[in-house]
Amino acid sequence: MSSVMVARIKQKRIAELISKEMRLDGRGIKDYREVNLEMGVVERAEGSARVRLGKTEVMVGTKIEVGEPFSDVPDQGVLTVNAELVPLASPTFEPGPPDENSIELARVIDRGIRWSKAIALEELCAVPGKKAFIVFVDVYVLNHDGNLIDASALASLAALLNTKMRKYEVKDGEVELKSGYTQLPVRNHPVAVTFAKINDKLVVDPSLEEEQIMDARLTITTGKDGKICAIQKGGYGYFTKEQIFEAAKIAEEKAEQLRKLVVKD
Amino acid sequence: MSRKKSEKIINKNGIRVDGRKLDELRPVKLEVGVLGNADGSAYIEQGKNKILAAVYGPHEVHPKHLALPDRALIRCRYHMAPFSVEERKHPAPSRREIELSKVVREALEPSVFVEYYPRTSIDVFTEVLQADGGTRCASITVASLALADAGIPMRDLVVACAAGKVDGHLVLDLTDIEDKNDEADVPVALMPNFNAITLLQMDGELASNEFEKVVNMALDGCKQLYTLQKEALKSKYVAVKEEVEE
Repeated sequence: MSSVMVARIKQKRIAELISKEMRLDGRGIKDYREVNLEMGVVERAEGSARVRLGKTEVMVGTKIEVGEPFSDVPDQGVLTVNAELVPLASPTFEPGPPDENSIELARVIDRGIRWSKAIALEELCAVPGKKAFIVFVDVYVLNHDGNLIDASALASLAALLNTKMRKYEVKDGEVELKSGYTQLPVRNHPVAVTFAKINDKLVVDPSLEEEQIMDARLTITTGKDGKICAIQKGGYGYFTKEQIFEAAKIAEEKAEQLRKLVVKD
Repeated sequence: MSRKKSEKIINKNGIRVDGRKLDELRPVKLEVGVLGNADGSAYIEQGKNKILAAVYGPHEVHPKHLALPDRALIRCRYHMAPFSVEERKHPAPSRREIELSKVVREALEPSVFVEYYPRTSIDVFTEVLQADGGTRCASITVASLALADAGIPMRDLVVACAAGKVDGHLVLDLTDIEDKNDEADVPVALMPNFNAITLLQMDGELASNEFEKVVNMALDGCKQLYTLQKEALKSKYVAVKEEVEE
């Protein structure tokens, strides 16, 4: 992916501000941009959500189909996460098969959902070894202004919470769909929190310009019990052990705040 | 994977299926300069893992528009041979391999003085010939040696090792069977002289105090491997020196 140019003078300004724990858009270095969430934005989808994180905009739709379970876990449903960096979202996105950035995005979201056991996959098997439900989570990036991972993870969680499954019966080993819906069994609420390292400082929720000048990126996903369930480092720089442990603490707090926006109890 | 949940991978004395202690690395064999054509190459055996790495470059970039005006472009391919795993793996790069190629590249790049070679590319290829868990880490360890063997100026070697949680125990250097039954797996790459962590991933579930322990355990593993890495690099040149003196 070619990158959007940031003028040297602006790069310098961003870095200077961050060393004073300030940012170009007036945020503190641990602040998120304004988060706006809508659920059920696409009626055809079994579940859907749109998240706006500042100017970053991501839509997620879920679909559920009947398919075959994996042979190594014959008694469980299947989760499939895909991400599309749609060309209309940024001048740097190009049409074509998923590149490494969209694959990484999808796999980081997938790890968060899978390892926090967010979906009760064991309840999504109709006929062990033969018929199971496949949950497709499709992440659609509509406008790229940085931190796609957090926006996509949040939208995915919201879409899953919004997902309805058709009621069904098993007759002669076949799944027959009936009228009426049940809620997709969602047990955990993974939330991703991403940091950029700029001037040796950890900056939460990097904007696109900040991503252009960051040394490295770190995403930490935590479940509702505060346990870490997925981590991904990216970018050409490095982190120290102390920075990683600090990030883990901040991620837990920030995730709890974000989670409240999606999960109303 | 017909293993039942009740079976334990780690026995009550804290001994693992392959007889290792919880914080013990698998036996490692490293060799530098194993391929004729490559500018640099290395081979690693870590337990049953067998991985070859080759480095070509710095050389002209093809296609040319990818060249960077201020630094070398590092390209990296992590690939598994179809016969490297239990069930034949289709030779086309999977989504997993594409992601791992990216993270391996990002783990190695901080160690290379890329600014010395503008408009060139440095191509790093790692081929997993046999896989038994922890191949991304072993690939980084061996690829870093291949870069050094190619004579590319580097700030430090990069060495990688995973730690995780299996059967409630925190363990170092997981094998495939441990990985498939684990509660968490945390691969870490380190530039030992800078205490710089250049790769960190995790899947699983860990409380933050456990996470800190696992990271520290992986870093200890990295430091042990680093000693072996240095020895392997030196031993190639000791052999060359002996040849010259004869």
